[in-house]
Amino acid sequence: MTPLSRARSRLPLLIFLTPILLWLLLLIVLPHFDLLRMSFRVENNSGDMVWSANNYLEFFREPIYWLTFTRTAVYAVIVTVLTLCIAFPVAFYITKVAPPRFKGFFSLLLLMPFWVSELVRIYGWMILLRESGVINHFLVAWGILQQPVELLYNDIAMIMGLVYTSMLFMVVPLLSVLDSLDDSLIEAAYDLGSNSATIVRSIIIPHAMPGIASGSIVVFMLSLGNYLTPNLMGGKNSLWFTEQIYNQFIASFNWNQGSAFGFLLLVISSLIIFIGLKLTNQQLSRVIR
Amino acid sequence: MDVDLSVEKLSKHFKEFTAVDNVSFDVERGNFFSILGPSGCGKTTLLRMIAGFEEPSEGTIRIRGRDMASVAPNRRPVNLIFQHLALFPMMNVAENIGFGLARRNESKAEINKKVGDILERVNLPGFESKKIHQLSGGQMQRVAIARSLVLDPTVLLLDEPLGALDLKLREQMKIELKRLQEQVGTTFVYITHDQSEALVMSDYVAVMNEGKFEQIDTPQKLYARPTSPFVARFVGNNNRLLGKVMKSSGGLTELATPNGDKIRAATQLNVTPGSRAELFIRPESIIIEPGELPDLNRLQVVVGSVLFDGANSQLLARSGDADEELLISLPQNRQFDHIRAGDHIEIGWDVSAGNCFVMS
Amino acid sequence: MKKKVLSLFIAGGFLFGLGAGANAETLELLTWKGYAPQSLVEKFEKETGITVKTTYSNNEEMIAKLRATRGAGFDLAQPSQDRISSVQEKFNIYQPIDYSKIDTALIIPSMLEAVKKNTMVDGKSYGVPHVYGTSGLIVNRKAAPDADDYTALLDPKYEGRVSYRLKRPTLIAMAFAGGTDPFALYGDEAKYQELMEGIGQKLIDAKGLVKTYWTNGDALLQSMRSGEVNVAMAWDNGGWKLNAENPDIDFVAPKSGALGWIDTFAIPAKAENVEAAYKWINFMMRPENAAVFTNAEKYGTASAGAIEFYEADVKANFERSFTKADIDNIKWYPPVPAKLEEIEGKILDKVKASN
Repeated sequence: MTPLSRARSRLPLLIFLTPILLWLLLLIVLPHFDLLRMSFRVENNSGDMVWSANNYLEFFREPIYWLTFTRTAVYAVIVTVLTLCIAFPVAFYITKVAPPRFKGFFSLLLLMPFWVSELVRIYGWMILLRESGVINHFLVAWGILQQPVELLYNDIAMIMGLVYTSMLFMVVPLLSVLDSLDDSLIEAAYDLGSNSATIVRSIIIPHAMPGIASGSIVVFMLSLGNYLTPNLMGGKNSLWFTEQIYNQFIASFNWNQGSAFGFLLLVISSLIIFIGLKLTNQQLSRVIR
Repeated sequence: MDVDLSVEKLSKHFKEFTAVDNVSFDVERGNFFSILGPSGCGKTTLLRMIAGFEEPSEGTIRIRGRDMASVAPNRRPVNLIFQHLALFPMMNVAENIGFGLARRNESKAEINKKVGDILERVNLPGFESKKIHQLSGGQMQRVAIARSLVLDPTVLLLDEPLGALDLKLREQMKIELKRLQEQVGTTFVYITHDQSEALVMSDYVAVMNEGKFEQIDTPQKLYARPTSPFVARFVGNNNRLLGKVMKSSGGLTELATPNGDKIRAATQLNVTPGSRAELFIRPESIIIEPGELPDLNRLQVVVGSVLFDGANSQLLARSGDADEELLISLPQNRQFDHIRAGDHIEIGWDVSAGNCFVMS
Repeated sequence: MKKKVLSLFIAGGFLFGLGAGANAETLELLTWKGYAPQSLVEKFEKETGITVKTTYSNNEEMIAKLRATRGAGFDLAQPSQDRISSVQEKFNIYQPIDYSKIDTALIIPSMLEAVKKNTMVDGKSYGVPHVYGTSGLIVNRKAAPDADDYTALLDPKYEGRVSYRLKRPTLIAMAFAGGTDPFALYGDEAKYQELMEGIGQKLIDAKGLVKTYWTNGDALLQSMRSGEVNVAMAWDNGGWKLNAENPDIDFVAPKSGALGWIDTFAIPAKAENVEAAYKWINFMMRPENAAVFTNAEKYGTASAGAIEFYEADVKANFERSFTKADIDNIKWYPPVPAKLEEIEGKILDKVKASN
């Protein structure tokens, strides 16, 4: 190809890419640079803004911040593991067990809750779980409980809400990865003398690993970055790190501290994912595919 | 001889469809037994019932006399080579082959030794740490066989494992598989739709059609003396001539073809004159320019085309205005190189060479 | 910052540039839920031909929104009077009010003067009073007959039946209930911090009693209606709304004093349609319009003549909840110095994070 014709063949590509690149640059990259710059500015005693890493040090100095982060991260990991434990059998049932003509129907059922916004889903849960809610009503009516009990506003309710919100993002990658698993591999393992447990451990899970990893990354990040569910369902004990960032920006007017927290969230969660990938021996390129 | 596999009155019904219909057969120890049939004839279902992946609707399967009815696939002394081999891509060669051994809780050292031995046996020494995707088609084939053979199964089931290979490799693997089977002495049950694979490798071949066995025989007999028109047509090339029975006596039946040729054929029983019959005659049984040989059916034909294919060269010729052309093998001494399309030639075949069936 | 604003403008220009220019005159209103009733919006649009676009928010988010754009994007905002001066000093997000454009005869003079004084920065004032009200207790009298002060929120008697916001009014209220005037310590950061830490500890100790920290007013009213919450700290109008449905529930002015707030009109620094903003202010302060708002939302307004148009129950509400002494005891928020909100923010985080 001559340089001229090569340039010509690239032109349509450039035309199509320009809006996306502009979008990325103007709305994502530039504001991030600005936030990054802001996160290194602090107000000194005379009220002037100076360069400093204090906003970052503050995170480690003040136990409430890193404890909240640790709590958030640990809960996000728990949510990820629980979501995986529930989603895996569901995905396996849909791809390998259910009659083929029901597959689409089941996938649709999974998708249904996501036709309404997260807020509506959470209010749905709240109507079910609250002390004067549907579940309590039936438990009392059937004589199982003497008094209605508060099922909302605790960590278990919050985790349940997060798992529910995350399900789809785990099931979809699992569906595609399990769909690509040749049934004969399972039969072959069975034929060679394995029992169900060994088949799951040595054939199905290794095959599904890229899907497990990508689903887990998405669920972990979504849970870590969630704001509504911990706040509304977790109630009074549910300080989530995102809320901490919100409070810095909105309640304390401290944008510099808030930006620093935002970047810490980005860096530490990336680190956690990196460690997770290393521990399970996965490559990011394969997982993203 | 001991019987390794005994199948008795086995049937499998699906909704409104019978895949396997009352099949019975025995396979003796050390035999290479093939089940040959077109796709959809039920042979895969039959094999999967033996392996334990399908539940028979009726009938029994016995392996060395033991009823397999309530035995799960992972407990049966049989192993299956899958059509697409089903090697585990997440494991290397040694892990694949050692997989079944590890399930039997054999020691690491034991497994390593057995894996090394079996790789030697299938001509892949030192391949232990290779990844599956690094192997060629033929090597994968051998790993798959090794993975099953290392477990020393009573019966090894093979589900068209050569189907995915290209022609040259398939020819080579046929010979290799046959040799391997002779060496290890394991009983093989092999299913295929390729008659050449079945004929080359097998001690016995069962021809299957629409869920039923048409004939179980040695390859030679299957080829020379098919017992049904289906077998005659399905195994090897055959010319089919239709005719009306004129007379039949003393094991010799005379037919008249629609375009007026008179043909004699050897039959076991006498046939009622007037009934319709079909005669199958192999291309290589037909003699070109037979001269003065006795007891021949003779036809005058016009050559339609010459199909040169080296040792397998053939002629297509037609008698008068007959519907179908006859396929005639050319002898390899090239004595008929002069024949061209449009030539008039005489052909003939021995009256005992064809197989005649009465049509109902 | 400039870069970001610029980039937002460019991107916004691509998307909306053509459409916005062709539109009729609009008023971008940043306000609280309920402060722009649909009937009044329609009436205003009919009178002036100006389309009103409302965005609902609260004090903190209002400030954050305007700070992000340096006072652009809205023509009129409604922050509380105590949250204007320090924010204006620091972030310069409002423009001075031209009181000559306001029909001041419509406004209760004492309230106008107070707001002018409290929102003054460098000799210029930035607010016009609009709505006032108090924060106190909403109590279910049947379940909690003796809840008469903020301390009821810390009383083990009401375990699991208590709710309040994790926001600065709660801290202020607790200070008064404890006998300290927090407003007197506004000038002394160290003492104020000490006071707040003490209150934070009290809230942490009593956390087990709390049903939930409410964030959404409607959700709180629902909890009180269903009997899940019997004592809550909330705005007076919520209590009065519930009283209309269930006479057992009512707003109670706490013994240590209800907290009085005044929400204002303030014009953002880069408002595009300042004229429309003044039109809206004058429109809302007209007695008949102010009364429509009060009758619906139960809040009082700074409109001088509105009282004549009040429905009977609005007056009754006020008289039922406030004695003369209660009215004299209302603690009006003075302007809050900037640094204090950071102190309070950290305390509130600690309360929420504790177990």
